Amino acid sequence: MELVVLIVIIAALALFFIATYNRLITLRQRVKEAWADIDVQLKRRHDLIPNLVETVKGYATHESTVFQNVTQARAAAVAAGASASPQERAQAENMLTTALRSVFAVAENYPQLQAVQEFKDLSENLTATEDKIAFARRFYNGNVRDFNTALQTFPTNVFASMFGFKAEEYFELADTAAREVPQVKF
Amino acid sequence: MSSAESPARLSIYDAAAANRWRTVVLIAVFTAIIALLGYFVGEYFAPGGGLAALPFAFALAVGSGLASYFAGDQIILAQSRAREIGPDQEKVLHDVVEALALGLGIPTPKLYVIEDSAPNAFATGRDPRHASVAVTRGLLDKMDRTELEGVIAHELSHVGNRDIRVMLLVTILVGTVALLADWMWRSFFWTRGGRRERDGGGNAIIAVIAIALALLTPIIATLIQLAVSRQREYLADASGALLTRYPSGLASALRKIAADPEPLEVANKATASLYIANPLKDAPAFFDHLFDTHPPIEERIRRLEAM
Repeated sequence: MELVVLIVIIAALALFFIATYNRLITLRQRVKEAWADIDVQLKRRHDLIPNLVETVKGYATHESTVFQNVTQARAAAVAAGASASPQERAQAENMLTTALRSVFAVAENYPQLQAVQEFKDLSENLTATEDKIAFARRFYNGNVRDFNTALQTFPTNVFASMFGFKAEEYFELADTAAREVPQVKF
Repeated sequence: MSSAESPARLSIYDAAAANRWRTVVLIAVFTAIIALLGYFVGEYFAPGGGLAALPFAFALAVGSGLASYFAGDQIILAQSRAREIGPDQEKVLHDVVEALALGLGIPTPKLYVIEDSAPNAFATGRDPRHASVAVTRGLLDKMDRTELEGVIAHELSHVGNRDIRVMLLVTILVGTVALLADWMWRSFFWTRGGRRERDGGGNAIIAVIAIALALLTPIIATLIQLAVSRQREYLADASGALLTRYPSGLASALRKIAADPEPLEVANKATASLYIANPLKDAPAFFDHLFDTHPPIEERIRRLEAM
């Protein structure tokens, strides 16, 4: 009799472990797939930048520091793309965004440049790509949230680390419009 | 049940899982309807022939189900005279669709344009990998970017939730029931003279049941289809708004669509429930909205604005 009870308890535990383990694997797989979507868009952004720099250079000849900065930031972002964690990549991407802004700020001083079709196309493509990165990031962070919640809630948290599951990192980009601290005046 | 589902907590994975069950239940219900019809048709023509007719009814149900699953979207797109557009046409539409598809984590669907000035849109396909979104020229011309985003987010929610598969199957199964009932109806007239001599008491009952079924099943099937489609619209509105984080975009688009007086000429009764808003502009309020393809547009706008 005791033996039967013991077997039933062990079987129930085993089933519970299997179900939980498979659920965590599914959720982690979704995080990875979502990350691949971001990766594609980030690469696309990196590919667009050299052309943009070349186009702007042709008109704004005296702004070499701006171009150096953006080229360096791009190289750093590409390097981070090879191996770094989401957090480190986000940092590199934020630097690149800042450098890109200064390129566009320079471009605004050259009205002829604004009329060039290639420049218009490139800036449109960059805006569209950034839009896509924003949506891909939202989907990724949602999946990270689901995975981390599953990982950190009881009773999964007790044994998840035994299986080698670790919380995934969010991908946080500097969202200038949303992040500005409101000015309080007295 | 649509009001009980809180969209903020419902990921597309959950919605897709719920729709898998819905698909199974719908197929079971329609198979039962078709089997009933088949049985009584067989019984009516030859006493005891009901069971012999069952395999034929089932074969018809399975055949049309499979055909709709694999080719239904192409049939619907062709019927709507939708033209596929390449990656370098309609750049704004492509950008909006690609960005929102990334936000839902689904592949970018194929894009179609219907050359008609009435603003409207629909999505179809059997799963997100085989999905198509069709928009009218009127939609592209009359909507600004946030409104277009609202409409596309609604359609992509249908794709991500697997609503498109449910609607595809339901549309074709309703058609099959209608076809069967129609055959039955005609055969009543053709065989009336010959049957009278053989009529016994039991046969009279069978005949009454058969006639009642031929009358009622197409209506019941249509009611199921419309109830399913109405229920899905609120959910797609909500998850679409959640995706763009801007419910006013879709609300404003729906207002423009409602204000447009033109009916969409390529839409018909079978495809009307696929569109984002009723394209036929014929909403007679009889039977307490039982036959509406969509929930009232004012109610949808009200819910979006309350978000």
